[in-house]
Amino acid sequence: MHHSISLSINGVRRDIALADVRVTLLDLLREQLHQTGTKKGCDRGQCGACTILVDGRRINSCLALAISHDGAEITTIEGVAQNAELHPLQAAFIAHDGFQCGFCTPGQIMSALGLIHEGQAGCDPERIREGMSGNLCRCGAYAGITEAVLEAQKKIAEAEERRVA
Amino acid sequence: MKSFEYLRAANVSDAIAAGRLPGAVYLAAGTNLLDLMKGGVTRPDRLVDVTRLPGLDRIELSADGSLRIGALVRNADLARDKDFARAYPAVAEALLSGASAQLRNAATVGGNLLQRTRCPYFYDVASACNRRQPGSGCDARHGENRLHAVLGWSDACIATHPSDFCVPLVALDAVVEIEGRSGRREVPLDDLHRLPGEAPERETILEPGDLIVAVKLPSAARSFSRHARYLKVRERASYAFAVVSAAACLRIVGGKIAEARLALGGVAAKPWRAREAEKLLAGAPLAAENFRRAAEAALGEAMPSGDNAFKIELARRILVRALTLAAAGTPERIPALPASPFSTRPGALHDA
Repeated sequence: MHHSISLSINGVRRDIALADVRVTLLDLLREQLHQTGTKKGCDRGQCGACTILVDGRRINSCLALAISHDGAEITTIEGVAQNAELHPLQAAFIAHDGFQCGFCTPGQIMSALGLIHEGQAGCDPERIREGMSGNLCRCGAYAGITEAVLEAQKKIAEAEERRVA
Repeated sequence: MKSFEYLRAANVSDAIAAGRLPGAVYLAAGTNLLDLMKGGVTRPDRLVDVTRLPGLDRIELSADGSLRIGALVRNADLARDKDFARAYPAVAEALLSGASAQLRNAATVGGNLLQRTRCPYFYDVASACNRRQPGSGCDARHGENRLHAVLGWSDACIATHPSDFCVPLVALDAVVEIEGRSGRREVPLDDLHRLPGEAPERETILEPGDLIVAVKLPSAARSFSRHARYLKVRERASYAFAVVSAAACLRIVGGKIAEARLALGGVAAKPWRAREAEKLLAGAPLAAENFRRAAEAALGEAMPSGDNAFKIELARRILVRALTLAAAGTPERIPALPASPFSTRPGALHDA
């Protein structure tokens, strides 16, 4: 039996026919919509490689049934850079060597975006490390990741201040 | 994953009717259920999606001072609700010490209560597990069992309940509001989960179709807000289940304990309320020897179920630490590492 859902993916509304009720948001993005930036690591909610934003909140897309998210607004790593310009967080990951092999990086960046939106960690590296503990990096780039998130957090806060002032 | 029929319930009565169909299971965020289904541990014929049920995503304070938390409130939203965290700080700290930020953003209050054990033999469908397959035996009994139960276990099952959230909740006399075939009823959280006995597959008192719609905290639960902590020993600093955890909530009057509420996590198939220890502390001065006596009483009936005798002394010590920290006062802000007994500062005993 076919089910239809509608999702906004990086700002573009898509009507999607699901061939199987078992499809997760992760598999939908990768296999059906060919948005392969979101990575499949463990597929069991343990590694964070599949992190995306759903209605602005970071979640593990491997543990989210697509059919249960009809109407949701999805942001993936493909939607983070604006035109040809990297998001400050992406630039900070490059500047601080926040990756080696890069496989976990889309999940790290989506998770860090969620963390910054949540506004709980501020510029406390301990709170950033704790807030990023759902994203594993087998290359061990954690020090660079923390520095990148710290810098992006500061830049985004400064830009916000300029906007308000 | 086995295929299933997907049903989206529009209201509670439709959900309950669908939930009573053979092989039906409720789907909320699915953070535990999908994992279990991918591993073939749970094989439902029907998923009844309750995420769109109206009115279950609210936190409501009643005129009598009790709080009603809708079953669909997300763990992160509850922990970050300022009024909630101020009134029930140990519950907020427990929530923030559980899982990862991504999972807390998705996981619901009702789902947290009904999450399944993380016993690896329960997860491995090739292993014998009376909880997963009644009568098949228990491979944990003589297997890797250093993290298993030390209280309330039976030869049939030595699994633990993994929730952090439930530990301070049970200490604070939380009540579960259940909608079922014969209407709405309320059950103390302490009575929701069953000890394994001879039938570990019966994990809760819920009947087919029963749906948890809310968790309530009585008004008295607010009276512990100034002296309440949750502490959790993990095998890594973050994103791990408890080896042992403890919630300690004190009401202090004139330098003495007027009333204590204590519970342990990671020690049994349910959140473990320590009522004998609470009685010992009622009226007692804030003194280390009293905390130790309470901890001795809390673990009085503990027995190793395998290679886990260390958990008994660990639980005593973590309870003493939780009491000591609760007596010192609830911190202004939840620490950077919620519920952690470890410090990030060299030489410090605790960074709370």
